[in-house]
Amino acid sequence: MTVATLIPVAYLIAAITFILGLKGLSSPTTAVQGNRIAAAGMLIAVIATFFSQDVNGGLPVILAGILVGGAAGFYGARVVKMTAMPQMVALFNGAGGGAAALVAILEFARELATGRPPDLGVSVTTLLALIIGAVSFSGSAVAFGKLQGLITPKAFRYAGQQLVTGGIAAATVVLSLVLVAAAITGTITVDPILLIAAITILALVFGVALVMPIGGADMPVVISLLNAYTGLAVAMAGFTLANQLLVVAGTLVGASGTILTRLMSKAMNRSLANVLFGAFGAATAAGAAGPAAGDDGRSIRSIGPEDAAILLSYAQNVIVVPGYGLAVAQAQHSVRELADLLESKGINVKYAIHPVAGRMPGHMNVLLAEANVPYDKLFDMDQINPEFQRADVALVIGANDVTNPAARSNPGSPIYGMPILDVDKAQNIIVIKRSMKPGFAGIDNDLYLDPKTAMLFGDAKDAVGKVVQELKKAA
Amino acid sequence: MSGDAIVAAYVFILAIFVGFEVVSKVPSTLHTPLMSGANAIHGIVIVGAMLVASAIPGPLGTILGFLAVVLGTANVVGGFVVTDRMLAMFKQRPTRKTE
Repeated sequence: MTVATLIPVAYLIAAITFILGLKGLSSPTTAVQGNRIAAAGMLIAVIATFFSQDVNGGLPVILAGILVGGAAGFYGARVVKMTAMPQMVALFNGAGGGAAALVAILEFARELATGRPPDLGVSVTTLLALIIGAVSFSGSAVAFGKLQGLITPKAFRYAGQQLVTGGIAAATVVLSLVLVAAAITGTITVDPILLIAAITILALVFGVALVMPIGGADMPVVISLLNAYTGLAVAMAGFTLANQLLVVAGTLVGASGTILTRLMSKAMNRSLANVLFGAFGAATAAGAAGPAAGDDGRSIRSIGPEDAAILLSYAQNVIVVPGYGLAVAQAQHSVRELADLLESKGINVKYAIHPVAGRMPGHMNVLLAEANVPYDKLFDMDQINPEFQRADVALVIGANDVTNPAARSNPGSPIYGMPILDVDKAQNIIVIKRSMKPGFAGIDNDLYLDPKTAMLFGDAKDAVGKVVQELKKAA
Repeated sequence: MSGDAIVAAYVFILAIFVGFEVVSKVPSTLHTPLMSGANAIHGIVIVGAMLVASAIPGPLGTILGFLAVVLGTANVVGGFVVTDRMLAMFKQRPTRKTE
């Protein structure tokens, strides 16, 4: 038995570790270990690959690549702030997609160099790896740009956009069919390298066109979707290379991305197609034309930090509703301090986490965990909603659309039907917000006009800090 | 379809079921680590990149191969490290003062 025959065994072990790694993520207590098991499996797979005869001449290139990529990945992963996690994940995801596309291109070139007409199945899967990988690469790059604020996070739309995007997709498909037809008949009329280059460029442009029209609030869906894409691209690359490990790993990720995409879409009561192609911008305009809040004599009640402190200190049950504003202001540590103070007074503090709070699935949980908030105090929407009516104070920090009762009551609202946190059922509501500016959906929030609601204007971190000061004074 | 492709198709289908089964049990608290952990796992494309890195002779082939390995490695290393960092925060720790 030579070393080379052990390579598939190493790959099998790696595949098992990936499944165990994902399984470990089903509980916070086993998650760290699970992730490390998967990482160890990855290491085994990479080491085993060094013994493959395909690697022979490429050793210097591979080692140099591992050094550069490893350093870049390690550095990026160490320095990234938890609030910037969505764009970091987008970046790593794009890297994986790009790698899959490059693998497809190189494999294609190798097939062509043999002079034999390429196998149909291989051609199709290679094309899919190339196209999906390239879309994921450029789409992730745009998502990164939006999340990082390099390009406008707003939905970028123009007249005839869907036609243009559809046209790009159609052109990609047509060119791909030409290439596949050439593979079947064995008669190649156009230079296949040229075709591949054109398909690559079209796929890259399509990725940009796909993500540009999607607004910042929909990013949890987009990130999940791109994650699924890269997984699928890697699985297709696995088909091409007849490498089962790539098929297993890619498919696992594809499944996880698909599940998260569905969950996120559901949390916003929108279909995936609606997120991708639906005009949220247009719906917003229609919503704004509806009954304008504030015109019916109800007014906003603004309070100061001292009033907020008094309200909180007389409460029995407090539910904190964190939103993206908290993340932007880096207020998670102040919020934790506030919760500690309240708990030391015997007040019961819980956190209500909407599925799309933050910019990627579960983002808010990570931010609060960073501030050492115990995860058993974080509650899902379904768990916490029945408790709002027993809450003396609901403290909304930088969250907007996910608390808007219009989602329940106003069929004309663009967010109508979106599951929301029932903040308005609490006895008192304190909303910490920078200004009356509407949230990402661009619509007014009736909650702010509720007589039970008190607005505490200011930066989330400052405002919470001041409330903490007041509470300490009173103590 | 060749034998290899059929085997790969079986693996693909079974992996879909395993993936859905395993991932549906992940609580929403851990969705971000799930995403970045899954992200790291699709970094397995690094193996593909290594296998084709020297497939095409000449400078262009070498550059593309090099880039594929760079991107794949960044994906793997970055993905696992960032996930580890995140998960470390979910450990239940006695009050440790931050800031």
